Amino acid sequence: MERSPSSLKLFGSWASSYTHRVQLAMKLKNIQFEYIEEDLANKSEALLQFNPIYKKVPVLVHNDRPIAESVIILQYVDEVWSDRPVLPTDPYERSVARFWCHFADDKLGPAVGAVFASSGEVQKAAVDQVHENLALIERELREGFFKGKKFFGGESIGLLDIVLGCGSYWLAVFDEVMTDVKLVDPEALPLFHAWLREFEALDEVKETIPAVDKLLEYAKAVRQMLLGMSNNATADSPTATASASATAPVPDITVDS
Amino acid sequence: MQHRSHINFPQTLIHSQVKMAEGDLKLLGTWPSPFVLRIKMVLQQKGLSYEYLEQDLKNKGELLLKHNPIYKKIPILIHGDRSICESLVILQYIDENWSDIGPPLLPADPYERAMARFWAAYIDEKFVGSFWGILKAATEEAKAEKIADSFGVLQQLEGVFKKCSAGTGKGFFGGDTIGFIDVTLGSQLSWIKAVEKISGVKLLDKTKIPLLMEWEKRFLAIDFVKNTLPNVEKVVEYGRLLQATTWKVTPAK
Repeated sequence: MERSPSSLKLFGSWASSYTHRVQLAMKLKNIQFEYIEEDLANKSEALLQFNPIYKKVPVLVHNDRPIAESVIILQYVDEVWSDRPVLPTDPYERSVARFWCHFADDKLGPAVGAVFASSGEVQKAAVDQVHENLALIERELREGFFKGKKFFGGESIGLLDIVLGCGSYWLAVFDEVMTDVKLVDPEALPLFHAWLREFEALDEVKETIPAVDKLLEYAKAVRQMLLGMSNNATADSPTATASASATAPVPDITVDS
Repeated sequence: MQHRSHINFPQTLIHSQVKMAEGDLKLLGTWPSPFVLRIKMVLQQKGLSYEYLEQDLKNKGELLLKHNPIYKKIPILIHGDRSICESLVILQYIDENWSDIGPPLLPADPYERAMARFWAAYIDEKFVGSFWGILKAATEEAKAEKIADSFGVLQQLEGVFKKCSAGTGKGFFGGDTIGFIDVTLGSQLSWIKAVEKISGVKLLDKTKIPLLMEWEKRFLAIDFVKNTLPNVEKVVEYGRLLQATTWKVTPAK
């Protein structure tokens, strides 16, 4: 078996969906690389040196040159290793994929994170946000640009599948952990639900995403800690939940950590 | 890819290429928005003709709501029956769809492209957070913090420009012609100057960011930049209006 070339390193965290995005793309393209697990509560010198601006994972280091931000990394990887492309070739299709990737990270991700970090009325508002955002994606699948497609990338997964998919598996985990919350209702979001099932059934995806019981255990611990931190103030107050997630030593699992 | 200097772009060549590129282009925007300004700059750099439609954000029109139902924001580029939203997505669409005309906006090298995307996103995040943050600050303390942040951002970009131009002596982040980072940062210039005037802080200080100030001179000398960037006094007026109405900040004297 070929030894991973040290000229290509990926700094990541096992529970980070942003890291999974890059790992999945590498797997699809059959790219060998060295993976370095980061302890996000105790970031390495190397990580801080390679991503001084944001100090987050994932960071890809290729021939000693670092690239940060998962969607930027994905496009870089797609451009350097052109086998099994992840972005479409048509400029308009590319713009649609990029727009929805932006939506995923700008709106959906933070809304899901807010659900996880809060409770009571604040959480209820965040859940509504998530439902609204998922409904927009559902609509696009039902009657918009992605109508009739198996995946956002067409017959096989592409950039948007990777971005939305690596993250969406948390929805079911959160639904398990927070029993009075339902983020994905298969009846309200039939197409989204069907897409997610197809995505999760893929071999490459199964080999990339950690086992559900590990994710569950991790999520439970983080949730307990987040809620524990907001015990000094009312769990409902936005400042309590905001400070809880801001000071959490365990990384927020729904944003680049 | 063949480069043609944007400054020396032959007039006759622009004319024939405009005919070819004509595909019913509309840009929905507002006059002060840096996110809109950069689109105007790039469309002009490519020599593409388009219809500009000024929007009233307090009273959003049908066209805006139809073509950007997700965010209901500008800029929106309408190309035939296509809608493209989010300024950096629009810029890449223009660059890729009309890759055969005008200078490229993004470099050819994948690593350089990644850097351009990274710094453009950084600029936009910091502009909204730090520079506008100065205007939105409710206390002197908060204002001082945002001012410090803004200086930090400019220092960072000074370093980026130094790296970009190291050894090449090129005038812009994009090389000989303006590129992705140039338009993203450059489209913010009227606002940065308006923030200076409103807050009384000199941010664009050539003793602190000498390379960027030289870059700024070159950038502002470009025709389509000159006729795109709004008058700073108008932006100052608009900024004060936002402080009074939307942000409800009483500026300290």
